[in-house]
Amino acid sequence: MALTKLNQLYRAVIVDHSKNPRRRGTLDNTTAQIDMKNPTCGDVIQIQLEIENDIIKDVRFDGSGCTISLASASMMTDAILGKTLEEALCLSEDFSGLVQGKDPENEDDLGDAVMLSGVAKFPARIKCATLPWKALEKALSDKDGTGFDSQLKHDD
Amino acid sequence: MTFQSEKWKKDFPILNQVVNDEPLVYLDNAATSQKPEVVLDALKTYYLTNNANVHRGVHTLAERATSQYENARETVRRFINARETAEVLFTRGTTTSLNWLAQSLEDTVIEPGDEIVISYMEHHSNIIPWQQLAKRKQAKLNYIELTEDGHLDMENARKQMTEKTKIVSLTHVSNVMGVVNPIRELADLAHSKNAVMVVDGAQAVPHMPVDVEALDADFYAFSGHKMLGPTGIGVLYGKRNWLERIEPIEFGGEMIDFVGLQDSTWKELPWKFEAGTPNISGAIGLAKAIDYLETIGMDAIMSHEQEVVKYLMPKLEKIEGLTIYGPKNLNDRTGVIAFNIEGIHPHDLATAMDMEGVAVRAGHHCTQPLMNYLSQPATARASFYLYNTFSDADKFVEALIATKEFFLNGLD
Repeated sequence: MALTKLNQLYRAVIVDHSKNPRRRGTLDNTTAQIDMKNPTCGDVIQIQLEIENDIIKDVRFDGSGCTISLASASMMTDAILGKTLEEALCLSEDFSGLVQGKDPENEDDLGDAVMLSGVAKFPARIKCATLPWKALEKALSDKDGTGFDSQLKHDD
Repeated sequence: MTFQSEKWKKDFPILNQVVNDEPLVYLDNAATSQKPEVVLDALKTYYLTNNANVHRGVHTLAERATSQYENARETVRRFINARETAEVLFTRGTTTSLNWLAQSLEDTVIEPGDEIVISYMEHHSNIIPWQQLAKRKQAKLNYIELTEDGHLDMENARKQMTEKTKIVSLTHVSNVMGVVNPIRELADLAHSKNAVMVVDGAQAVPHMPVDVEALDADFYAFSGHKMLGPTGIGVLYGKRNWLERIEPIEFGGEMIDFVGLQDSTWKELPWKFEAGTPNISGAIGLAKAIDYLETIGMDAIMSHEQEVVKYLMPKLEKIEGLTIYGPKNLNDRTGVIAFNIEGIHPHDLATAMDMEGVAVRAGHHCTQPLMNYLSQPATARASFYLYNTFSDADKFVEALIATKEFFLNGLD
């Protein structure tokens, strides 16, 4: 059956994250927030971060999406919690390489997210997997008052 | 007669291949169609024997290229029953046609406070050019509402068209729901308000007989690649009196009569709109595609697609949790079927279908206002064409059932 090939994409861990996502919802003490669209399908994801002294103290995501983007968002919140902003951005770079078939530098730090390496064999789905990470990057660099810059001002 | 589609399929070499270890079933025809061998041969022959620039050479190849290019225009004219070849402009496709129009009509017909009427079922290419024109001119963009089963709400259409309405631009066939709109009735309504009637025919011309005179459209746009022709070639039909009123959008070679230092004059219709070297091979390929379609007959193509949809629908309705968007009356629709299966995101569905060799589209189909209107972030879409057989329809249903089983019961 041709669908058995799907098992390398929809692994049990991935399906579990998508059906029971971690940290889905909203934060009380948000310091950075971003909404991001997947332009190919219209899915929207929202990331909220609570950042203190350069460290991601808490994170929530919300929105609608496919199995891959929901699982990826859930796995990302596991991976970045407690990390410095620099570490989080490094992980994002690692993850982006991973889903394009490269070996990650910090495999352990990515946690469950490494299970998404199967996406590399489904190029049309890479954007689904990277959507939450792109949103994170944008939240940490945005200058429109909702991102990293406002968080700095907040601390000042 | 539908057994003929098995024969037609053989004219399309690309369809005879294995994808992900399964025979390809191509159901993304609303996005683009495949090309019959005769079209590919026409392109090759042109480049192997006749390639030259048009309209400005005295040598033999230039004469051959020019005559083939202009013959292609005549083929298009006859196909859509335009009054004269001067009313047939070659463009890059429907998007270019509509963008040209929005810019050309800006100075000719729109004043601040005027209204432009479109509908909730339009493709982005028939929304954004008008939306941006409205923004530039402080005009108002109004949307005709839809009935519950996806038709244009004609009562609402009558309300939306007012004395201030200057442009009405509507799709002939929805690229999501396949619904066919009553263009003649809408054109009469628009004309009763002295508005110009623009029609997006991208999803109509490939699938049914289209007669621009009978529709009384002032402008009618469509794309070559959705009707077995190459990419990068399309058509903007316009009534002569309108084409004479509006100015060209692009300037340069091929379109001028006389160039002075401070001013220039344009060639006559249709050439004043075709600046630069046109897509010569594209036009020739499109003409060959039209020849092919005419050999089969547009009526035969339309009834084939309807028969496949009529065969398919009861099978789809048996799949629990499957919702189909658009008219229930199968006589009101073409071979475009947008759907969702409860609990399965269309992107996941399309990936699984691909593993079964079935190519379907998933997403918003460049119709975000329609998706919002349907309260769906996205849908899956299967779109059929002349070369899709009953066996394709069966494989589509089998793959859907397997996909549903995989996601709803096979994952834990």
